[in-house]
Formats: sequence, C-alpha cells, structure tokens
Amino acid sequence: MDLLLGGVCKAGESKRLETGKWRSFRPVVDRNRCIKCGKCADLCPDSCMEIKEDGAEVNLYYCKGCLICMRECPVKAITKEVEEK
Amino acid sequence: MLVELRIHGRGGQGSVAMAEMIAGAAFAEGKFAQAFPYLGGGGERRGAPVQAYARISDSPIKLREKIEEPDLVIVQDPSIMEMVDVLAGLKPGGILLINSEEPVDVSRKDVRICFVPAGKIAIETLGRPIMNTALIGALSRITGLVEVGTVEEVLRSKFPKEIAEKNILAVRKAFEQVGGAL
Amino acid sequence: MKGKTAILEGSRAVAEAVRACRPDVISVYPITPQTHILEDLARFVSSGRLKSQFVRADSEFSAASIVYGASAAGARAYTASASQGLLLMNEVIYAMASTRLPVVLTAVNRAISAPITIQPDHQDTMSLRDTGALQIHVESMQEAYDAHVQSFRIAEDPEVLLPLLICMDGWVLSHSYEPVTVFPDEAISEFAGTFHPVQKLDPANPLTYGSYADQDVLMEYRYALMLAQEKAKEKICSVTKEYKDIFGHFDGDLIDTHCTEDAEIILVAMGSMVSTIRAAVDELRAEGRKVGLIKVRTFRPFPGEEIIKACGKAPLIAVLDKSLSVNTGGILATEVKASFYGNPVQPVILPFMAGLGGKEVNRRVIKEIVDIASRSGDKQGPRKDTVWMGLDHGFFN
Repeated sequence: MDLLLGGVCKAGESKRLETGKWRSFRPVVDRNRCIKCGKCADLCPDSCMEIKEDGAEVNLYYCKGCLICMRECPVKAITKEVEEK
Repeated sequence: MLVELRIHGRGGQGSVAMAEMIAGAAFAEGKFAQAFPYLGGGGERRGAPVQAYARISDSPIKLREKIEEPDLVIVQDPSIMEMVDVLAGLKPGGILLINSEEPVDVSRKDVRICFVPAGKIAIETLGRPIMNTALIGALSRITGLVEVGTVEEVLRSKFPKEIAEKNILAVRKAFEQVGGAL
Repeated sequence: MKGKTAILEGSRAVAEAVRACRPDVISVYPITPQTHILEDLARFVSSGRLKSQFVRADSEFSAASIVYGASAAGARAYTASASQGLLLMNEVIYAMASTRLPVVLTAVNRAISAPITIQPDHQDTMSLRDTGALQIHVESMQEAYDAHVQSFRIAEDPEVLLPLLICMDGWVLSHSYEPVTVFPDEAISEFAGTFHPVQKLDPANPLTYGSYADQDVLMEYRYALMLAQEKAKEKICSVTKEYKDIFGHFDGDLIDTHCTEDAEIILVAMGSMVSTIRAAVDELRAEGRKVGLIKVRTFRPFPGEEIIKACGKAPLIAVLDKSLSVNTGGILATEVKASFYGNPVQPVILPFMAGLGGKEVNRRVIKEIVDIASRSGDKQGPRKDTVWMGLDHGFFN
C-alpha cells in the first residue's frame, strides 16, 4: 500500500486484503431452507452475504467466519464447517 | 498625558459600549485610546454589577494591565454604590461622576463629585433607561477630555440616523444639566 | 500601504482579517470568549460580504471535524475556539496535523476548568502543544489582525501544510478596543492568495484520510511533522518580512526583541502581557536598569536558537509563564531551559509563574520579577524553583 503525504492513500485499498484467510469456521447455507429474508446480509459485519435468486451466498474471499449469520438465521438454514487449511 | 477611567454599571446598561465610545471620540481627536471590560465575576450577566475601563493618552498605549487608580470614575447606576466601593483607588483630586438628579454625599473629601440626571434624560430622549451617552455628554462638560462635537460624530457613525439623533440630544441635555464640582 | 485606522474590538479585527482572506468553509461552535469572532463572521456571511460556507456544528469536536473534511476536500478552512472547546478539538487537531491539513484556528486563550472560569491563561493551547499544529501568540489587536492575514499563507505552503493556531489572550485582546489599521480587502486577498492542495478528496480519484499504519511507518510520519515545522520557521520569517514590506507592520517573526542588546536581565514571555512588559522595561531603562525583553511569537515551531542568539551574553533570563505542567513548572520556562542545554553561554534561567488563571501581571509584578531575578544573580547561587507571583500561601493553611 502506497502512503502519500500525511499517511493518505488511495481509497479502497482494503479491498485487496483477503480477510477470508482469517477464518477457522466456514458458514454453509442450505439453499432449500433459506427463505431469502436478508437478515444475514443485514447483520454481516463484513458485508459478505448476498441474497441471490436461489438463496443467500457467502463471499468467502472476505468472510472471517464470525458466524453471526448462523446464530441469527431465523430458519436455521446456516450451519458451520471446520475450515480445512 | 495619560487619563484612566472606570465605569460602574449593571450588565446590559452599555458600560463597555460607553468606554468604547469615549475611546472612539478621543481617537477621532488624534489621541491614542483603549477600552476594555472587567474580567470575572462569572461573566457578563444582565443586571449584575459590571465595570468597564478606558485609557486615553498622547502617545501609543502599551499597557494591558488593570486600572487600579483611575483619574475618573463614572457611575451609571447609583444603587450599585451600596454593593461596590466605587471610590476604590480613585486618585486624590480625581472626579466621580454619578447618574443622579441630586448631589450625592460620599465618604471622601479629596475628590470632585459631579452629578447629572442621565437616567431621566435617557427616558426623555431615548424612551429607555440607557444613560451611557448622556453620561458622555456630562463627562465632556466636566473634563473636556472629548469634545461634544466629536462624540456626536462617533454616535452618527455607530447608530442609524434616528437613534443617533436621539442620543445626540441626550448628550447635549446632559452637557447642560450636569451639576456639582465642575 | 495605507489602511484605515479605527477603534476596533480585538475579535472584530480578527474577523476583518479572516473575511478578507476568504475562507471557503467556516465552522465554529460558540464558547466565551471566542463568540464575538463567530458572531462577526456569521454577520459577514449573512450580509453577503463574505461568501463562505458557514456550517453550524453541535460541538467543538464537530466543528473541527467539519473543517477537517473541508480542508481535505481542498477548501481553505477556518475555525475558532477557546478553553474546554480546544480540549474537545484536541483529537481532531492531532489528525489535522498528521494528515497535513492547513486549517487556520483562532485560539482565544482561556483557563481550563476546574474551577470553571473565564479568565485568560495559556493552559488551553499548551494542551495542544504536541499535536503538530503551529502556534503563533500575539500581543495586540493589531498583531492579531496582521497574524491572521499571514496565517493562511504559512499553513497552506506546500512545504508546511500544518494547522495553525493564532493564540490571543481572552478579554485582554478579544474583548478590548484600540486603534487597529485594516488594509483594503483586495490587497489582503492578494497577499493571502488561494489554497492549492497537493492532494485532496475527489470522487473521481478517491483517497483515504486516516488510513491504518503500523510501526514500519508511524514514526516516520511523526518525524515528517518535525521537518514540516522546521520548514515553517523559514516560511514564517519570509511571510512576515513580505508583510512588512507591503503593509509596513512587523510584530516579530519567530521572536521579537526589545532592549536586549546590552541587557543584564532578559524577560521572556508570550501573549498580551508582552505589551505591559514593554512599558515596564521602558520605565526600568529610564531608571538606568539594563533590562530587556524577548517575545516568543511562535511557540511552535519553537525558536530555541533565536532565543539563545537574542540573549547574547546576558547572565540572567527570567521566563514568565501562563501555563503549568504539574510537577515540573512553567512550560515556556522548561522549553527555554531545554534550548540552552549544551550552549557555551549558560545564563541563569529563572522560571516565574505569572498570570496563571488570570492572576494580574502589571508593571508592579514585572518589576518585582526583575528584582527577584537581580537578587538571584548574587552569591546565593541560582534559584531552581519556580517563583509563583501573587500566590496566596495562606490558602494552604
């Protein structure tokens, strides 16, 4: 990352940071149970959840595995799996 | 020549404005002048006893200290004299000018005491008890420190025409009506 | 150049200078004794005499943040505050300095609570000492005007780019009236120029202000502030000289001196009491006493070398402080002493606490300081402790 005068840098530099590497658990969405309510997308601190045509989809490049989505899902459509390194 | 004066009034009576106008008139006459408020007592609050000060000199004024021994003391509201020692530090031979319709007795014999019905004049001319400009008229008569004509110029530049003219009338009336040790 | 001289309130003199420098954005939160400046500027904007964005804020933190954003977007930005208001701005001023935003701020000096007070001293701006912001302390209403005219040029210089605080004692300067010469708007606007940022917020080319950094570069960015303040020394000297050449006024650059050449005792002070010290020095000189004065005009950048040079071979230096670093003493005195460390000429440097919390510093007090300093020079050896002028020792019984 190039810092300019006063520690200023180009905006959006953090997009390059693959926070998905920090994950030890991975959220897994059961598309058959997902009702596309969008609660997981609203609550995800890293905005990794996107509601697609057939249900929620996790952006694993950024997902840190906090599992807030799993805890908050009203229909228990999200479960966790241990991340294989 | 350095003349130092102190004004006693209540918050809202225009004591600082009075000091400013005196300084403005002196400056217009080619003298150096400075005006400043009293610091403290919890700030300026309407009705609270306040003080304002002015210095007038032939040479540029460097001093930024408080005035402890004024040559002149002006009292806008005589009821303050029960709470505040308006004579404090007044130089022997100094002048005490009080807004009063009658002569006022004070504890010191070594000062000149003058009085002018500035409150009455203010009600007659302005319709409200703002007596600072009347007191400047009296000050001019007693001391010649600033000329009435210059005070009038200052008022004309400071206020809209109608208000300026009313204040000028107050200055002139006070100039005529001042009494005591002139 | 000829200006128009009239009796002006100090706050008005500041507002006149700021107006003629045409800041793009002004955001100020009212606090005594700064409010008259805010009121004057608001009137100028409302009457159309000043075409600035005047943004109302809900606190000093907000006001500072608003001018931070404005400056980052490339605007010439101005704010003002006092006392607790400056403390609330503290965090933002650190950020302004570190991200190199040249906001000009009028600091109307007022003591810090508690007890709550409106008395003037320098404790408020001293709490901003280490932010990286520049500090110019003025002694008169005329200097307040002059310094504000100079301020934007200095702060916005591409080699400086730092926030600049013009510090003026509350009441004594902000609420007092004296003759002030105001120069034509066009001449002031021309002198003040316009702000040409080297980088700015722009939707077409987005930047991040306040990005994260670690130990690999953090110290480097603090060191960059050291370099920028050294550059500021040159710029302050050149801008004040240019101002003198055009407008004929000179209030000092980093310092100003009075009767120092052959002085045996030199008083060092900042702010409005400098004027009273000038008068006291003149009176003492008339009595044949070899007393001189150094006004520290820029507290940041600190003019250590300039003070040493102006002190020459004077054996006694008395430093008058209106701020306190608890358990060490006067802050100006501490810095003057630090400047002399390792210098071949080692005068006795005596710290005096004079004017803290608005305690009166008149000619009598100044002469007492000179007397105490004179006695300290004899065989009893130098006094090390701060002398607290006017301290009521009975208070502690």
